[in-house]
Amino acid sequence: MNRVPINLNVNGKATRSDVEPRQLLVHFLRDTLGLTGTHVGCDTSQCGACTVHVDGEAVKSCTLFAVQADGASVTTIEGLAHEGRLHALQEGFWEMHGLQCGFCTPGMIMSAADLLAHEPDPSEEQIRHALEGNFCRCTGYHNIVRAVRHAAEANARGASSEPVVAADD
Amino acid sequence: MYTTEFDYHRAGSVQEALALLAANPDAKLLAGGHSLIPAMKLRLASPPALIDVSKVAGLRGIRLEGVEVVIGAMTTHRDVEFSDVLRAACPLLSQVAPLIGDPMVRNRGTVGGALAHADPAADYPASMLALGASMTIASTSGERTVPADEFFTGMFETAVAPGELLTEIRVPAATLGEGQAYEKFAHPASRYAIAGVAAVVRTQGGSVSSARVAMTGAGYHAMRLTKVEEALVGQTPTPEVVEAAVRGAVSPDELLGDHFASAEYRAHLVEVQARKAILRALGSAG
Repeated sequence: MNRVPINLNVNGKATRSDVEPRQLLVHFLRDTLGLTGTHVGCDTSQCGACTVHVDGEAVKSCTLFAVQADGASVTTIEGLAHEGRLHALQEGFWEMHGLQCGFCTPGMIMSAADLLAHEPDPSEEQIRHALEGNFCRCTGYHNIVRAVRHAAEANARGASSEPVVAADD
Repeated sequence: MYTTEFDYHRAGSVQEALALLAANPDAKLLAGGHSLIPAMKLRLASPPALIDVSKVAGLRGIRLEGVEVVIGAMTTHRDVEFSDVLRAACPLLSQVAPLIGDPMVRNRGTVGGALAHADPAADYPASMLALGASMTIASTSGERTVPADEFFTGMFETAVAPGELLTEIRVPAATLGEGQAYEKFAHPASRYAIAGVAAVVRTQGGSVSSARVAMTGAGYHAMRLTKVEEALVGQTPTPEVVEAAVRGAVSPDELLGDHFASAEYRAHLVEVQARKAILRALGSAG
């Protein structure tokens, strides 16, 4: 089995690894790096549960070989919270009850983060269009859209988010 | 899902890609991979080697060159969607790009990859036919140019021969009096076109001076609707004239039928999308 070396920066940490060319990025993140926040849903490029950022753009990591991301910066859901504070979108999903089972949530948040990066004040229609590649089978999407608006408004206010609540609180 | 094993090669230049193709004749070219990788995961394709051309220098970008817009083959759908050059010089492609897949697919998928793959339900092919685009294809013996009319030769088949690489797409910039529009009836789940029609219509002195109308999704490959075009040219484009022009636009005998949409239904949808696209193109003619 041939293996090729790749260099990635994942959530700010440089990593070097030898991978099989056919290893998908999502399996590299989950199985090799142990970053299991990125989920495998449909595994057919439809549901968006595996969405991560590669060089700042949301991609479906089930439809990308790890070797294609060689040299790139990858951000996963684990990389969004900063210094113990949740990302505005994580806050938004919490505050607006944007999830039920939570399976689609990491992908939803990564897609929404890509949207907010180039459209900081999106309309409801823009949010729905931007989340076309993410399926949620629980919420009916309504609270997800509200969660993204919540984050956009919080960013506009420049409000600092609440500290992460520790598991034993 | 894992694909079968393959050797991975990354090309840094067109010359390198062509040399790798010559050395690996059974290899597949990998661009954004959003058609190829799903097919490989389902084992519908099992190439022994992939040649990644997504990072080939000089193949990504959109620029105005005289009266043409030049789109590098590795330009992503997202690049097309947000291109100011295209919004001004080729609004049709600005309309089409955001209808492709979803944002994550558009971040990876490329114009050249989509055209070379030639999915019969893809959105770009009808637009390229309506725009009168031309494709630049490189091989070890040089470059050749193929007009869009000769590019799509069958289902998943194009004029790109083994050992060749599609490098750029040249689109004539819109001229005064020209309107462009794309309308599609999308499959409710996949969002692929069941019937999509692109129209580029020019008017002069109140009548249609030229019309290029093409469909995708309904047939084995994208094709011009020449009967519709001929019925429009020279006419004063009233809604009644457009309605008459699209009637019988295409025969069901030329179309695909499946459990979702019969050939007869697709023929009807082509008429409807053609009417909508032509009317919107006429309304936007600047």
